[in-house]
Amino acid sequence: MPDRRSVRLTCTLNGRRLSLDAHPMARLLDVLRQQAGLTGTKEGCGEGECGACSVLLNGRLANSCLTPFAHADRATIVTIEGIASGDDLHAVQEAFLECGGAQCGICTPGIVLAAVDLLERTPHPTEHDVRAALAGNLCRCTGYMRIFDSVLEACRRLSASRA
Amino acid sequence: MEAPQIGRSVHRKEGRAKVTGQALYVDDVAPAGLLHGVTVRSPTARGIIKGIHFHPTVDWDEFTIVTAADIPGVNRVKLILDDQPYLASDVVNHPEEPVLLIAHRDRARAEDARRRVTIDIEPLPAVFTIDDALARREIIWGEDNTFKRYRVNKGDVDAALAAAEIVVEGEYETGAQEQLYIEPNGMLAIADRAHGVTVWGSMQCPYYIHTALAALFGIPAQRIRVVQMETGGGFGGKEEYPSIIAGHTALLAWKSGRPVKMIYGRVEDMASTTKRHPSRTRHRTAVDRDGRLRAMDIDFIIDGGAYCTLSPVVLSRGTIHAAGPYSCPNVRVTGRAVATSAPPHGAFRGFGAPQSIFALERHMDRVAAAAGLSPEEFRRRNFISSGETLAVGQTIREPVNMPALLDRALALSHYREKRERFARENARGGKSRKGIGLASFMHGAGFTGSGEVHLRSLITVEVSREGAVRVLAASTEIGQGTNTIFSQIAADALGIDCDDIEVARPDTLDVPNSGPTVASRTCMVVGKLVETAARGIRHTLVDSGYLSVLYDREHFRAACERYVDAFGALRATSQYQPPSGVTWDDEQYVGDAYGTYAWAVYVAEVTVDLTTWETRVDDFVAVQEVGKVINPTLATGQIEGGVAQGIGWALYEDVVWREGRMANAQMTNYIMPTSMDLPSIRVYFEEVPYPNGPAGAKGIGELPMDGAAPAIFNAVADATGAHPTHLPLTPERLMSAMETIGA
Ligand code: FES
Ligand code: FES
Repeated sequence: MPDRRSVRLTCTLNGRRLSLDAHPMARLLDVLRQQAGLTGTKEGCGEGECGACSVLLNGRLANSCLTPFAHADRATIVTIEGIASGDDLHAVQEAFLECGGAQCGICTPGIVLAAVDLLERTPHPTEHDVRAALAGNLCRCTGYMRIFDSVLEACRRLSASRA
Repeated sequence: MEAPQIGRSVHRKEGRAKVTGQALYVDDVAPAGLLHGVTVRSPTARGIIKGIHFHPTVDWDEFTIVTAADIPGVNRVKLILDDQPYLASDVVNHPEEPVLLIAHRDRARAEDARRRVTIDIEPLPAVFTIDDALARREIIWGEDNTFKRYRVNKGDVDAALAAAEIVVEGEYETGAQEQLYIEPNGMLAIADRAHGVTVWGSMQCPYYIHTALAALFGIPAQRIRVVQMETGGGFGGKEEYPSIIAGHTALLAWKSGRPVKMIYGRVEDMASTTKRHPSRTRHRTAVDRDGRLRAMDIDFIIDGGAYCTLSPVVLSRGTIHAAGPYSCPNVRVTGRAVATSAPPHGAFRGFGAPQSIFALERHMDRVAAAAGLSPEEFRRRNFISSGETLAVGQTIREPVNMPALLDRALALSHYREKRERFARENARGGKSRKGIGLASFMHGAGFTGSGEVHLRSLITVEVSREGAVRVLAASTEIGQGTNTIFSQIAADALGIDCDDIEVARPDTLDVPNSGPTVASRTCMVVGKLVETAARGIRHTLVDSGYLSVLYDREHFRAACERYVDAFGALRATSQYQPPSGVTWDDEQYVGDAYGTYAWAVYVAEVTVDLTTWETRVDDFVAVQEVGKVINPTLATGQIEGGVAQGIGWALYEDVVWREGRMANAQMTNYIMPTSMDLPSIRVYFEEVPYPNGPAGAKGIGELPMDGAAPAIFNAVADATGAHPTHLPLTPERLMSAMETIGA
């Protein structure tokens, strides 16, 4: 809710430029969920441990529960809602469906973003790279094995589409 | 006819909504006029409430405030003994016990107000350990601090122990474990006298909440509606506690006349809601020179916390599983659930069985050593086989082949080769030691004893004129795959495609009571009802002459249209019937404790760092027989997830208690496994169809929680020569276990 202390900032959110009003120290997580209506970004702990609130902020994975709204100023932000193109899922999302990478789904938006981020910077990761890239994203359901499979499958799909 | 769907890794039904962020969890909805609810809790373990003070700097008129005095019906959570209040009124019995509720339209203001209420409590002596509960210096519950006792008796244990050549004793302890679903608990409620009570939320058991709310508000059940939102994990943690949160949220909504949402923060969720029961198990085991079990005397105690809640049934499952998959002529198991001044412990995957199986399987390695046998050879000599009888008096009728599971697990893990190699390498010294260990176990599927008979679960399958099929059940999708496997089961029974099946959202307005989503019962018990009802529909269509024996999707649709036009609605309901020959005596506590069991052998390989005393699991092999596997990807994910929780329980997850309160109620200092901590978990299924399960399937969800911890402890013992007995095996505990052997 905008109040007297709120500021108006402009950012690019999922490819669209827009202005948002909030207190500069409001959590980006709350602004995304409440002001921008993007509830795909989840809160699991509110203290930077679980990664359920992960977004891509200027091309880097960030915990939006620890990010003040002020950091959104002129920033490029991608949330889970900005990963698919229309009805076409991203290769990472398709691979999660194929390999069983999502169970309850609450960690999934954050983990999909972490995987997208990894594959953009490291197109051919080893399993160890995958494990390291996901170390900040907790999943209580899967034991991570199907998630590792999903990320490696996504990597194969992306390589095939590039070839 | 469509190709069979069962046995294929059909994609998760709601998977697309989950990978795109479109799936709606309770915190993702916010109706107009919403208030945010918070709970004011007891700061003290036990005492008399003397007064409640509201800080004068707050304008309390802006807030909705609910105390016990506002409860329209009964201030007791309906469960087993109904001993737990929704809101404490005169006494508190554990830290974090709810006393008062506050709501405000601004969540931050509500949070702030919570801190400006002081509850004055005159402390009473409290009880914090199983030993103190048993000593009865302070009676905090009932006559003797005991919620429930069970005794299983087979043969003459005392005589067999007296005559035994070798007797091995041991004592084992397990700590509490937090479920740590990544979505914290939450509910949304709309309630008033005119419309009754509706709640939406994160839950496993809509009808538990439904029953609880009817008693809390004292209104007819038809005026209560409970709707499950997408649920971000449960593991038992959303079995019974959500009834309290639903009640609290609805009380605030009832009083304010506005929608109210209550979302727990992580700290509140960890500190206040249920955890796995801590336990202590003592074993006295007699074995002969051939390594055959002669007697097992087992004393199994769980700490239930301050109220009874589900402890009797947790105790029951733990007691029945305490003697494991072995054949022994003389067995006595004494089970007790005792009261302490901690928040009530509750359901968590495995439900008492992981605790008693941990003790047994660690102890079996000790007995093997005393008998001069390897762990695997000792177990092989004592495995139960078909036709033999478990301690509780259940004769195993289905084929069971534990030696085959053992052989497969040993081969896949290269157990023998590694055991020898690690022994050689460890003897050379160095800064670390490696070891390999195993556990063999079983897990009963469905409610214990006569539970399923009492539940009388119901499901409905209905088909529209256009041939759209809906499965109506209260069984919740909490990540384990309910939606998908029900679709597969219904699709095969109807000879159509999974995509043509919809599994309705659990909403008590629409769905019949198929029982709680617990106890590895959803696939085996409820899935069987889905299969039966769907087959009934197919037979109805065939018998009516509208459908030939062989048909495709179009024929099916045309048949539905003709049937509906001629007869009206096309639906079938099926209700649980116990399989013939299955009997249980509640009074004597003997009989067929479960319809069937899943069987397993797990192997863990570890490295122990002798400088830091950290244990790392390097490889994990999980071999199990769970009947027919409905969906290999989902089933594998269930096993992997359960093993991961078992590894966490064994090594990392340490609930630190201070005066009955969890001192480390944060993800920062309560450590669950991350992607960096786990080995590759290798999962293998033997498929032996179970005649009473859908397409031959058994229950699967809890089984993997049982085996990881004892296999890891046995591997650490192999690596170090220590005898670790207390879980979790933190570096400090391992160091002290090493000191006792003088290493
Ligand atoms: S909610 Fe941000 S890291 Fe957990
Ligand atoms: S899928 Fe449930 S927490 Fe990851």
